[in-house]
Amino acid sequence: MTVKWRGVLMHALLAIAGVLCLFPFYWTLVMATNTTSDIYRFPPKFTFGSQFDDNVHAVLRNVAFFQSMGNTAIVAVSTTALVLFFDSLAAFTFAKFRFPGRNALFVILLATMLLPAQLGAVPQFQTMAAFGWVGSLKALIIPAAANAFGIFWLRQYFQNSIHDELVEAATLDGCGFLGIYRHVALPSARPALAFLGIFTFVGSWNDYFWPLIVLTNPDHLTLQVALSSLNRSHGVDYSMVMTGALMAMIPLIVIFTIFARQFIKGATEGAIRG
Amino acid sequence: MTLTATAPTRPASTAKPQRRRGILSYWRFYLALSPFYLLFVVFGLYPVASTILLAFQKWDGLGPRKMVGLQNFRFLIEDSTFWLSLWNTVVLFVMSTAPTLVIAMTLAVMLHSAVRFKGIYRIAYFIPNITSLVAAAIFFAAVFSTNFGLINAGLRSLGLPTEDWLRQPWGIKIAISTMIVWQWAGYNTIIYLAGLQAIPTEQYEAAKVDGAGPFRTFFSITLPQLRPVVLFTVIMSTIGGLQTFTEPQVMVGNNGGTGQSGMTVVMYFYNQAFFNNDYGYAGAIALSIFMLVLLFTAINWKLLGGRGRQ
Repeated sequence: MTVKWRGVLMHALLAIAGVLCLFPFYWTLVMATNTTSDIYRFPPKFTFGSQFDDNVHAVLRNVAFFQSMGNTAIVAVSTTALVLFFDSLAAFTFAKFRFPGRNALFVILLATMLLPAQLGAVPQFQTMAAFGWVGSLKALIIPAAANAFGIFWLRQYFQNSIHDELVEAATLDGCGFLGIYRHVALPSARPALAFLGIFTFVGSWNDYFWPLIVLTNPDHLTLQVALSSLNRSHGVDYSMVMTGALMAMIPLIVIFTIFARQFIKGATEGAIRG
Repeated sequence: MTLTATAPTRPASTAKPQRRRGILSYWRFYLALSPFYLLFVVFGLYPVASTILLAFQKWDGLGPRKMVGLQNFRFLIEDSTFWLSLWNTVVLFVMSTAPTLVIAMTLAVMLHSAVRFKGIYRIAYFIPNITSLVAAAIFFAAVFSTNFGLINAGLRSLGLPTEDWLRQPWGIKIAISTMIVWQWAGYNTIIYLAGLQAIPTEQYEAAKVDGAGPFRTFFSITLPQLRPVVLFTVIMSTIGGLQTFTEPQVMVGNNGGTGQSGMTVVMYFYNQAFFNNDYGYAGAIALSIFMLVLLFTAINWKLLGGRGRQ
């Protein structure tokens, strides 16, 4: 009996936590479908209204929303593609081949993860100015095109999932380095690549600090920077700003729910093994 | 194409190489690794090294750089805004990390013993973590807003006095740390849950035979076994928490709101660099943040014992 009640209490607490996690999305939807004056009353309104279309139009009037979303998509997709290619190539090399300096290079790789990159923002900006990339999406894509975390993470995966015999057999069959990478490494690492891909995409989509600094043209922003400037200039029109926030979140929520299982599995494996 | 260069060896292999080969015959491997190292040197190492140098210079971004020795640091020690931002950062870090990890551990232990709905809870708990910081900050600013925020509506319906949350020093800190807890408690729950699932069940059976209650079991078996996972979460929270920027910047603006009580060190760095164009001083702030992160990580490592890695 007591065991049963303990179970009920436990599920009640777990469910409350779940509701608190999801509540902001519901409330955002409430605000986005009402007018600001509907929100400004007591007691607050908890039901959906019919103002969503108007609010969307207001967002589109005040900020180049689709252009910003397009920019964000370009940055997130190209960063993800480059990271997947460069990281998997390097990780496979570290995992399955022996060459002079391998261990030293790997230790350097691990050490680079300790460097807080955002603190180098001033010289980084100067570098971008020298390259002529200030205000351009290249400034976001190229520096992020390969990273230590992904190489470290994929290397562990390759080590555990590809048997040396398989690489040997492919070598005897006349497969070159790139051939083994393409025909042996990539197919076997699909789940790991899926995780790294989503992880990179989410991080790139939500990135704020560096785009805020380097995207100097107010007509050419990413979604997060555009959203923040919408909030700053039209902060009083809450339902409109919340509509913008909602529109900026939707693509990620959709992508996440499709891949949620794989993603959560990958995220926890990294933490437990690391 | 010959493939001698790609002969695979496992680390444990004792087979000696048949002959020594020139380093150039490994070119494929170095080429495969080069993108990361090239990008790192240009966009990782150079900016940080250059920032360290900058910390000892005076530069407005236009004229020549001038070496000024320790002047920036002398100024930093006297700068009350710097100390305020440091204080804010550490207070925010404690106010957000402690509840985050305690809530996460509680939820993880409960989730571990739950049988049903595990998958759904995991997804629900993870969603705040993939939500954009900017969108979440806008939402939490609305929740804590004076005129129509849900917190004040709740207080009013209970007959309690309302607060001007985002216009008072502690209100700002409570709003910011609430948002951080919302965003990270679920993520850490999932990490702890994975750690719990890796503990062998025999240990729990032995404890049961010995008649240990749930609290004894938690403190004498679960927590020690989770040590490496706890260390991981504490270090990640430290590195992230000491570099808090977006939450206060979006919620209360670049100057940190009333009494600058939402101003963190990274915000101060950002303001000095990109508003005041005082690049040398910004470099000194950046270097201090870096030292602070290293110091806190070392303390965590020492306290929680970093040797229990799996």
